[in-house]
Amino acid sequence: MYKIPIGDIVEILISWLTTNFTSFFDGIKSILLTVINTFAWIFNGIPFYITILIFALIAWKFANKGTGIFAIVGLLVIQSMGLWRETMQTLALVITATFIALIIGIPLGIWMSRNDKLNNIMRPVLDFMQTMPAFVYLIPAVYFFDLGQVPGAVATVIFAMPPVVRLTSLGIRQVPEDVIEASHSFGATSSQLLFKVQIPLALPTILAGLNQTIMLSLSMVVISAMIGAGGLGNVVLRGITQMRIGEGFEGGLAVVILAMLLDRITQGLGQQKRKIKQ
Amino acid sequence: MVKVEVKNLFKIFGPTPKKIYPLIKQGINKEQILKQTGHGVGVNDASFAVEEGEIFVVMGLSGSGKSTLIRCLNRLIEPSSGEILIDGQNIVGCSKETLQDVRRKKVAMIFQNFALLPHRSVLDNVGFGLEIQNEDLNTRNQKSIESLELVGLKGYENSMPSELSGGMQQRVGLARALTTNPDILLMDEAFSALDPLIRKEMQDELLSLQDRMHKTIIFITHDLDEALKIGDRIAIMKDGIIVQIGTPEEILNSPADDYVKEFVQDVNRAKIVTASSIMKKVDTIVSSKDGVRVAVRKMKEASISSIFVVDKARHLKGIVTIDDATNLLKQNKNDLESIIHKNVNTVSGNTSIEELLPLFISSPYPVVVLDDDNRVLGIIFKVSVLAGLLGEEDNDV
Ligand SMILES: Nc1ncnc2c1ncn2[C@@H]1O[C@H](COP(=O)(O)OP(=O)(O)OP(=O)(O)O)[C@@H](O)[C@H]1O
Ligand SMILES: [Mg+2]
Repeated sequence: MYKIPIGDIVEILISWLTTNFTSFFDGIKSILLTVINTFAWIFNGIPFYITILIFALIAWKFANKGTGIFAIVGLLVIQSMGLWRETMQTLALVITATFIALIIGIPLGIWMSRNDKLNNIMRPVLDFMQTMPAFVYLIPAVYFFDLGQVPGAVATVIFAMPPVVRLTSLGIRQVPEDVIEASHSFGATSSQLLFKVQIPLALPTILAGLNQTIMLSLSMVVISAMIGAGGLGNVVLRGITQMRIGEGFEGGLAVVILAMLLDRITQGLGQQKRKIKQ
Repeated sequence: MVKVEVKNLFKIFGPTPKKIYPLIKQGINKEQILKQTGHGVGVNDASFAVEEGEIFVVMGLSGSGKSTLIRCLNRLIEPSSGEILIDGQNIVGCSKETLQDVRRKKVAMIFQNFALLPHRSVLDNVGFGLEIQNEDLNTRNQKSIESLELVGLKGYENSMPSELSGGMQQRVGLARALTTNPDILLMDEAFSALDPLIRKEMQDELLSLQDRMHKTIIFITHDLDEALKIGDRIAIMKDGIIVQIGTPEEILNSPADDYVKEFVQDVNRAKIVTASSIMKKVDTIVSSKDGVRVAVRKMKEASISSIFVVDKARHLKGIVTIDDATNLLKQNKNDLESIIHKNVNTVSGNTSIEELLPLFISSPYPVVVLDDDNRVLGIIFKVSVLAGLLGEEDNDV
């Protein structure tokens, strides 16, 4: 039976891209590297107790007192395991990836909400991005960006972006028709409609997307460590490959603590918006 | 002055409205057009003019095209063809900027389900129209507070819409519409979502606001009582066609067709039908200077048992009965003034039947309808009141 050469085509495409767009990828690489390093430099530059305090305050303000306490305890545990540097590195990577996912994802989601055709095209693409085993993204990422944090961030963005796109589009589509009509009846322009009505009303949904995106980013930590993204993923990976169960567990625990903390904070953010809305 | 004029307005839903016009011309009805072509006829050749300061009510059964019609007036729905003149300016086919300007300055809309912005406080909802016009915050808030005062919601500036009852939410909707100081208010079943008591209250409030503000209001409802209460004129729609336009009385007294008749059949006529529409012209009347003899002759000629007496200017003096008059003649007296009964009830032309009825209990004589200068316009017999209630009055006035 004839074999459709999908794999060959992808390989040809990628090698064509790498040879013809080298400077483009180099540009992206240096930008991403700067962003990640800036975050990492900031997080590691601040003394750990101040970072913990800031986290606790944010958690308390956006979520609740319990989350604030959890932030203090959890981050102290990480510090005492000697994983502070790695945690901050991972945080920098996650924040960079989330940031990029938002910058691309929210406008894309808005566009999808206003354009049914684009919506129909993008939905399967998003499904594809999210369900493709994340490992698959590692190969082209390495092709384009070598090893290190940048391909890790890129693979993370691709894998983690779909929820924020999807939920931005959904949130805007769910704004009640009569509210839209009322805004039009007062002579709102489409950008006034977007910024004064649609986005504010969709915000809780968009924040739910942000939450999912952050969680997916964290789930990529170990995978992206395989291509040298470093951070906590590296600790876990080392634990696995060198059969050091204790170390691996500690790395895993740090990831879980970070995930829970970011989850509660972003969820709190969404709930706060929802409270105002009601 | 005409404020809003609609000429031959059509709205046909579907991909090729042009192909539908010939079918409409042939008189094929809406249902068949939908079945044959998949096109919906929303508004079918509507023409009407609304005067400045008028409350123009549009009424009709569900699906008759009321919402479509009112949404064409600010082009929330794009008309298929026709003209809509606001202050003489045709807004069909005008530029986006012009339309935006009309929506911002001239026309405001109030919705059945209030359509408030749930994420904004009452104050920020009310100021929305001005915010859209990039008005500064101070002016915005000041004007919003003024409108909130107008609708009786002072003190609720910082509440969220969801904290308010339906009636209060619609007051916010009303305040929001008033804040941009538009000349024209479009109200699509604005009170239909409210329970009856609140609804009545809102109607009264709208009328009292209207007394002060003299807006031009186009009001959609499917409730006849509401239409009769607040409408200066009423248009009745059926299948996208305006079948009749008239004052509440005209609609009640001479319904254009069976559809309208069915609409008005169970209305409380006692509230709506007025004295002037059931009164009879007075052919036989006697002047006080004419004397008893003339009075008796006139009564005999017309075979009636009493006759009204007026002075030179047709001001009512009272009534004399044939018995009193013949008695006087037997005594060889001729002084009409001495036998005039003064206990005659008088009313103005716009008195409703409901108010007329008790008058027949307090006096045995017919009721006299006077004009603004107290001259006799006509008289009403008890029997014409009953006929008026049943909608059977003959129009010989
Ligand atoms: N967007 C649309 N597409 C197709 N047909 C429509 C659309 N909007 C309205 N119609 C049709 O136009 C007709 C008039 O609808 P419209 O909503 O104006 O009626 P209405 O008099 O306001 O009724 P109701 O009292 O139920 O509000 C209906 O037959 C409806 O099915
Ligand atoms: Mg309607």
